[in-house]
Amino acid sequence: MAKTVLPFGPQHPVLPEPLHLTLTIEDEIVKEAIPKLGYVHRGLEKLAEIRDHNQMIYIVERVCGICSCMHALCYCQGIESLMGLEVPSRANYLRTIWAEMHRIHSHLLWLGLFADAFGFESLFMQFWRIRERVMDLQEETAGNRVILSVNQVGGVRRDISAESAQWILDTLKKVEKETLQLKSTILDDYTVKLRTVGKGVLTKEKAYELGAAGPTLRASGIAQDMRQTGYAAYSELDFAPVVETDGDCYARTVVRFNEVFQAIDLVRQAFSKLPEGELAVKPKGLPTGEVISRVEQPRGECLYYIRGAGKKFLERVRIRTPTFANIPPLLDMLPGCDLADVPVLILTIDPCISCTER
Amino acid sequence: MSLISTSRVKSPWLIHFDCGSCNGCDIEVLACLTPVYDIERFGIINVGNPKHADILVVTGTVNHRNKKALKNIYDQMPEPKVVVAIGACGTSGGVFREAYNVVGGVDRVIPVDAYVSGCAPKPEAIIDGVVIALGKLAEKGKKVDQGIFERLEKTQSAITAR
Repeated sequence: MAKTVLPFGPQHPVLPEPLHLTLTIEDEIVKEAIPKLGYVHRGLEKLAEIRDHNQMIYIVERVCGICSCMHALCYCQGIESLMGLEVPSRANYLRTIWAEMHRIHSHLLWLGLFADAFGFESLFMQFWRIRERVMDLQEETAGNRVILSVNQVGGVRRDISAESAQWILDTLKKVEKETLQLKSTILDDYTVKLRTVGKGVLTKEKAYELGAAGPTLRASGIAQDMRQTGYAAYSELDFAPVVETDGDCYARTVVRFNEVFQAIDLVRQAFSKLPEGELAVKPKGLPTGEVISRVEQPRGECLYYIRGAGKKFLERVRIRTPTFANIPPLLDMLPGCDLADVPVLILTIDPCISCTER
Repeated sequence: MSLISTSRVKSPWLIHFDCGSCNGCDIEVLACLTPVYDIERFGIINVGNPKHADILVVTGTVNHRNKKALKNIYDQMPEPKVVVAIGACGTSGGVFREAYNVVGGVDRVIPVDAYVSGCAPKPEAIIDGVVIALGKLAEKGKKVDQGIFERLEKTQSAITAR
């Protein structure tokens, strides 16, 4: 059978974002995949030259709309360590709460999109129905559904009152119950297992060698989670990374599914330990020196390199996002799979193209 | 005739194109289709093929790479068609308007019929924008439908004459 070259994307029904892959196929089996990126490139690292370090918070929040809160958190952490600011304990806990609510909504979103990728539309609707509850929580506490804008240099902008906290905990109880009801549908279903078990296997060695991040790495049996480094309030909370060992699509689904419950548990712990106190300290001075700041996003490790020269404008902001790290593992998974499995495999790394291309 | 123009407005099909958006607006467009907002009950379906679509929903800024893809999708859609630009980025370029790779809003490349502001706009606002665009779709549809039978007859007689 002769080789056929098939363009996949940039506008494709299964992908919400423009990703282009040139697939070389032989008899419906993928032999080679070459990614072509740049459809969402805006060049926002360069904007640091014309926006000062406070205005950059608004820019980095819009790197990605799904994990905006974590981007701002990572950036603010970097600037705070450059300025030598001590963030109030209450602000650290509130940051953790918002970050974990973001993780819940992101994982529910992914579970829905993944169900849609193999044609299980009713499951997609169910997950997104549950997700709307979390979106309501975000809107109530931060004023916007998607881009929260709660982080600022030195702390947080908004407080969560005791009544809101109770309402959040009650709603999360419903979210937990309803997600648990879908467990047998996504994890024990015969058809779903046919599409996921044994597909796109990434071995432990390969995952380590290619530098995978986040759930993609943890599904291959490596217990690495940036939250263990103890940024924000994570050092005072009790949790362990969710790990699976098979490294296939099914394992990655299990990791993300279990992380929803882990995030709900972390929000509960954070509320039970939430201290009283100030929300933010007033920043003094200007960022000087260079720093690397890391957080765990829903998709994996996010890294910011920030260099300031004692001026209002930063010299350099470099962002490395988890999807960028997960593209080499994806290119390792694709050769040898069926053409029909390509959308499923692409979705299992939870691609966030706007993060990758910035 | 009236059947076509009624059903065109009462059951419009839309295509969504992410044109350099940060995902914020994209997930809100998708949220419109899911149970809480559920625009499918009004007959609005999200399709993947531009040749089936009446409404083009564009999110995000236009950049130098994807402007050709956007123009291509717009050109493939059959008349009458309307374009809805979603979010601050789609309407003007938003916070990215000064970045080197950003051309600006969607209206720099293709004509836009409805603008939805917000970063990111709520699903209610997106539905409102699509409803405003539907009014324009009905107007444009009238122009397209005008004299359609005469034109059909002309084409048929041309075919038989050949």
